[in-house]
Amino acid sequence: MDALISQLQRQFRDYTISLYQQGFLDDQFTELKKLQDDGSPDFVAEVLTLFFEDCVKLISNMARALDKTTGTVDFSQVGASVHQLKGSSSSVGAKRVKALCVSFKEYCEAKNYEGCVRCLQQVDIEYKALKTKLQDMFNLEKQIIQAGGRVPQVDIN
Amino acid sequence: MAKDGGVSCLRRSEMIGIGIGELESPPLDSDQVHVLAVDDSLVDRIVIERLLRITSCKVTAVDSGWRALEFLGLDDKKAAVEFDRLKVDLIITDYCMPGMTGYELLKKIKESTSFKEVPVVIMSSENVITRIDRCLEEGAEDFLLKPVKLDVKRLRNYLTKDVKVAADGNKRKLTTPPPPPLSSTSSMESLDSTVESSLSLVVDDDSLIMLPESSTSPVDSP
Repeated sequence: MDALISQLQRQFRDYTISLYQQGFLDDQFTELKKLQDDGSPDFVAEVLTLFFEDCVKLISNMARALDKTTGTVDFSQVGASVHQLKGSSSSVGAKRVKALCVSFKEYCEAKNYEGCVRCLQQVDIEYKALKTKLQDMFNLEKQIIQAGGRVPQVDIN
Repeated sequence: MAKDGGVSCLRRSEMIGIGIGELESPPLDSDQVHVLAVDDSLVDRIVIERLLRITSCKVTAVDSGWRALEFLGLDDKKAAVEFDRLKVDLIITDYCMPGMTGYELLKKIKESTSFKEVPVVIMSSENVITRIDRCLEEGAEDFLLKPVKLDVKRLRNYLTKDVKVAADGNKRKLTTPPPPPLSSTSSMESLDSTVESSLSLVVDDDSLIMLPESSTSPVDSP
């Protein structure tokens, strides 16, 4: 059992580090992990779940606001949703999503329709990619615990 | 929900409760630090709330300036939240909120008789010097850049006073933890962190809120 635990822990460590290295996560995610403990072992997972729900809602708002068939596009409305998404992605350490929101916001301010539509598509892809990666990471955690091990602290630096 | 406000499991139902702007239920332990957190973002409310609870604060999280005023009994309606003594030791609010900004909320709090002594901390994702200056001039204790990190020392700086004025105007002595060492990342250098915990100063209202001498540049950059 120990060999299995060590192997899973190694996998978990490598996977986590890769997420940081590939820019999916930044150190705010590390800060979130600091807020997790034995009393609240699922805190990070729960916050991220709420974040992803937020993504769905906000992206839907943006899509609606960018829908030309309903009339002229209200870029300030798009911008308001982008601002919110930028905020929450920043708070959870979703680095790529946040970076996209920065560009998206600029396109909104410039009232650049094509730019906005492109960003919308990218943001949709990006949050889903992060969601999949994190699900894999949380699954590894579960496997470690089920095997009787502890989830290691991963030192990113 | 654990009433001790310490480290406890924040269940999904609790998160939703916070999410729809529900208030924490009494009773309040009178020695426990009570923080009112104001943020329209659910994710941010959850994170702030957890951050504060981990430092053993009791937290009430609301989703707007209006709800905050309602909670404090500062809105026009007569029906304030019924506590024996409404005790709020710190208010931490987002700047950018629809309806009422954090700045507007700050002004209303500072204009009130019951809560003008309560330290108010503003949070913002944008590092705008004019915005920061305006908030500090209006009496904000500090201006934090989002994303907010767990900085217990900084939090304690707002609260480490030997005597605080409670909402009902009674001065009471707090038992304070030993003063934390100033970290090199702290921007609150002008705050007197060498107050001995054995000292019991009676601080008059004017000096309770200590503004930094120069404009602070917030520590955390996005």
